[in-house]
Amino acid sequence: MSGYDSALSIFSPDGHVFQVEYASEAVKRGTCAVGVKGKECVVLGCEKRTTLKLQDPRITPSKICKIDNHALLVFAGLNADARILVDKARVEAQSHRLTLEDAVSIEYLTKYVAGVQQKYTQSGGVRPFGIATIIAGFDSNDTVPKLYQTEPSGVYNAWKAHAIGKSSKTVREFLEKHYEEELDDEKTVKLTIKSLLEVVQTGAKNIEVSVLKAGNVIQTLDEDEIKKYVDEIEAEKEAESEKKKKTRD
Amino acid sequence: MDIILGIRVADGTIIATSKAATRGISVLKDTDDKTRPLNARNLIAYTGESGDTVQFAEYIQANVQLYSMRENDIELSPKATASFVRNQLASSLRSRKPYQVNVLIGGYDVKTDTPSLNWIDYLGTQVELPYGAHGYAAFYATSLLDKHYRKDMKVDDGLALLKLCLKELETRMPIDFKGVYVKVVNKDGIKEIEGY
Repeated sequence: MSGYDSALSIFSPDGHVFQVEYASEAVKRGTCAVGVKGKECVVLGCEKRTTLKLQDPRITPSKICKIDNHALLVFAGLNADARILVDKARVEAQSHRLTLEDAVSIEYLTKYVAGVQQKYTQSGGVRPFGIATIIAGFDSNDTVPKLYQTEPSGVYNAWKAHAIGKSSKTVREFLEKHYEEELDDEKTVKLTIKSLLEVVQTGAKNIEVSVLKAGNVIQTLDEDEIKKYVDEIEAEKEAESEKKKKTRD
Repeated sequence: MDIILGIRVADGTIIATSKAATRGISVLKDTDDKTRPLNARNLIAYTGESGDTVQFAEYIQANVQLYSMRENDIELSPKATASFVRNQLASSLRSRKPYQVNVLIGGYDVKTDTPSLNWIDYLGTQVELPYGAHGYAAFYATSLLDKHYRKDMKVDDGLALLKLCLKELETRMPIDFKGVYVKVVNKDGIKEIEGY
């Protein structure tokens, strides 16, 4: 390990580029973000870090970023790095519209973001972006929901449901257990919030949720709406544990 | 020879643009829209060197959209939009090949609840006007607008005045411009008016 991790330009003897792997460690320390595909929607959720007393939560920027009218991006990792990458994505989205007279497809956008991340793993004097992203949306004139993920190495994958950031393994395992294909909007939102609650103990005020639907529909849930889902989920959990208690006695 | 006219009334801005697209001795198209919506309440109408016009207008459109994407969906105000456009044209003027494009920007500012009309030419001259036109259209329309325009006109009065200007243009212009597209920019957005 020693000696092979001091620069991007050095491979270790067993084929690792340690700087890129260390970037993934930065991602693992970032607040959790999750994306779930439904039948006609994609839901993105993320953990909102508890605000310090004097911080103004109403206008502190959200981690769920609008790239274009039909695409959202949520990230985990170094916030400042994300700001730069999100801006590059926004410029590319408009540039694509200008030169090709068509909106970017979600895959194109993902490929672009991943491409930028890869460039920073193979350049001199730079470090990789310390973020992984989840990109969601619908292509123009299409009703098929899309969900992709990129990471610091520049690798990208398509997912039915995925989580990144702190405790993402827990959330991913939860999703693997409970994900069903073609859920309706409400059930998809509920699953997203339920999976986030596995790691966000403090409840609705520390969760952000956005719902995307075909035709440029982007809906950000407010705290009351999220709280309704959280209360529903807690009530169900109570009922479950009551049932278990009864059958045990 | 293209016509672009603008009239700013109390509750909105009216923009009229000719429909003909002519190259040499052939009329290529009689449904050519010489405007681009920049955002919900800003419309740019352009005239000038063929090619430069659409390139410039679409470039402005992309940049105004990018601004909204960056700034949490805030819409650029008409005043800021006009300043941006003027600045781009002023920079272009001292470049290797300037954009030969003249524009009218019809906008509505929701913050101050006022409509606006900005006249900008390829030199980067910008003026906010109650009414205006680029090119030959100005020679025919300005005197009519001077005589009949009232500050407190509503959109319907403005459209009637526009009809008067169009009648004059139809009568006295030596070329057939195939009618106009009429658009109104007000607090509800950009709407095309049928029947012109």
